[in-house]
Amino acid sequence: MAVNGFDVAAVAADFPILSRRVHDHRLVFLDSAASSQKPRQVLDAMDHYYETSHANVHRAAYTLAEEATNAMEGARAKVASFIGAGHADQVVFTKNATEAINLIARSWGAANLGPGDAILLSQLEHHANIVPWQQLAAERGVEIRWIPLTADGYLDLSDIESLMEGIKLLGISAMSNVVGTIPPVRHLADMAHAAGAVVAVDACQYVPHVPTDVTELGADFLSFSGHKMLGPTGIGVLWGRPDLLDEMPPFLGGGGMILDVRLDGFVPAAVPHKFEAGTPPIAEIVGLGAAVDYLEALGMDAVRRHEIELTAYALSTLSERFGDKLTIHGPMTAEDRGGVMSFAFADLHPHDLSQVLDQHGVCVRPGHHCAKPLMRVLGVGATARASWYIYNDESDIDALGDALEAAGDFFAF
Amino acid sequence: MSGLEELYREIILDHYRSPRNRGELPSPPAQRVEGFNPLCGDEIVVYVEVDDPGKGDDAVVTDIRIGGQGCSISQSSASMMSAAVKGRTVGEIHELTKAFKAMMSIHEEGLEGGEASEDDAAPSDVSELKLGDLEALRGVVKFPVRIKCATLSWNTLAQGLEEAAAGA
Repeated sequence: MAVNGFDVAAVAADFPILSRRVHDHRLVFLDSAASSQKPRQVLDAMDHYYETSHANVHRAAYTLAEEATNAMEGARAKVASFIGAGHADQVVFTKNATEAINLIARSWGAANLGPGDAILLSQLEHHANIVPWQQLAAERGVEIRWIPLTADGYLDLSDIESLMEGIKLLGISAMSNVVGTIPPVRHLADMAHAAGAVVAVDACQYVPHVPTDVTELGADFLSFSGHKMLGPTGIGVLWGRPDLLDEMPPFLGGGGMILDVRLDGFVPAAVPHKFEAGTPPIAEIVGLGAAVDYLEALGMDAVRRHEIELTAYALSTLSERFGDKLTIHGPMTAEDRGGVMSFAFADLHPHDLSQVLDQHGVCVRPGHHCAKPLMRVLGVGATARASWYIYNDESDIDALGDALEAAGDFFAF
Repeated sequence: MSGLEELYREIILDHYRSPRNRGELPSPPAQRVEGFNPLCGDEIVVYVEVDDPGKGDDAVVTDIRIGGQGCSISQSSASMMSAAVKGRTVGEIHELTKAFKAMMSIHEEGLEGGEASEDDAAPSDVSELKLGDLEALRGVVKFPVRIKCATLSWNTLAQGLEEAAAGA
């Protein structure tokens, strides 16, 4: 489909797993917001690394170690350029986005927040952007304020000026993993900066789907995971403003993060190694680099356009087909949201619904999606959530509709 | 769809659509206990009233109510449980719980590669006699991720009875 900038069928053909069958149906994978599938190119890059160049990185003079180091640092440079970072050294590799946020809280937070300080989060946040701050707040007497939501899943900014007053940090998701809302991050970041705060953006759902530039977003920290953007599990990224990273104390201690160790103490290494104790997940980093290559070849503008079109298709066709039987949570304008749709169908519990959909090869996720405060705002205990990516097309949305119809018939509601 | 039909037996759907003993009891005197399934967000509230907690295993459950929300498996299991335990002694309920969990846990232990303990090895013909309608939930063991849905209310009731006894 030239109109989208890339041929979805050709993209899907790059993903070996998509050719498998489940319960005698073709696999309709609609759970990419939890974790995306991986193209052959990423799998090959990781295999190639292990088959030709594996050795531990840094501090060795032989060819393999040099190649491994180059592969890892080359991937760091790719990731930096992918998010508009000024220099590869601003990119810290972590285990996942959760660890990246914990690193901010444990290192920057512990050094900069104390009793009486306030931070501001939104009620959209994933538990990963709530609990580390709650842990810190409990230990250090920090006040957490919350940006409330409107009933249709937008941020309620009616009281934002007073919420921003005197805050030290704004922690904000750039795209909700539940209802897809894309908050006005730049606007909020400008306000937070005016209040003298640091802005930490949880971009786990954003970076895989939207062209990302850390400067344009107004971020001081940006965290995301490799496995939601075609890369492997076990690799995440923290980008930080260089002056902040320089001042922050190390996170985990160990090999690789030091300049010198004596019996009476240690001198930490420079950024980013200061935050990367122990042998890093080298193959996963290489895989993430290949994932970035894959997405850049498609073009992130085209990726976002494809998702807006598919989201618009899903919102309109499914609403029309099921009427009142289908409740879609969150913004109903495709441009305002990502390709993730939480919904309720008839009176069926999401757990029951997804069990029946699975029998039709359709993978959706039931539950609270690690966002229980948001669930409470929506007034539900759980939702079913379908999410799409570059390898999905209209036929997958139609398959979801057909499976929903079958589920309704099965339970005879 | 045969697996699905085995999971969603008609009696399960009946209890889901028309849950028995739904509601609340004043607490105290009733014991109020909440149970959570963190995997899917299901929350259950069990209100259980015993005649005299001091009687230990001979205490009788005089009333029970179920609140909260969840999927058809957790809700129907709770509904069937409420009907099965009302009027029974705490000792009988322990036996029933053991039989029910044995039906649910054979598969769970198999999955985890562990061996069934002697405690769980209740002869299945005995459990079937006792379980009655609850037998309909046997199909759940074929869907391991749903076992926790079926056992949520039972674990919550066990906790409630324990707390009632401890408060005696």
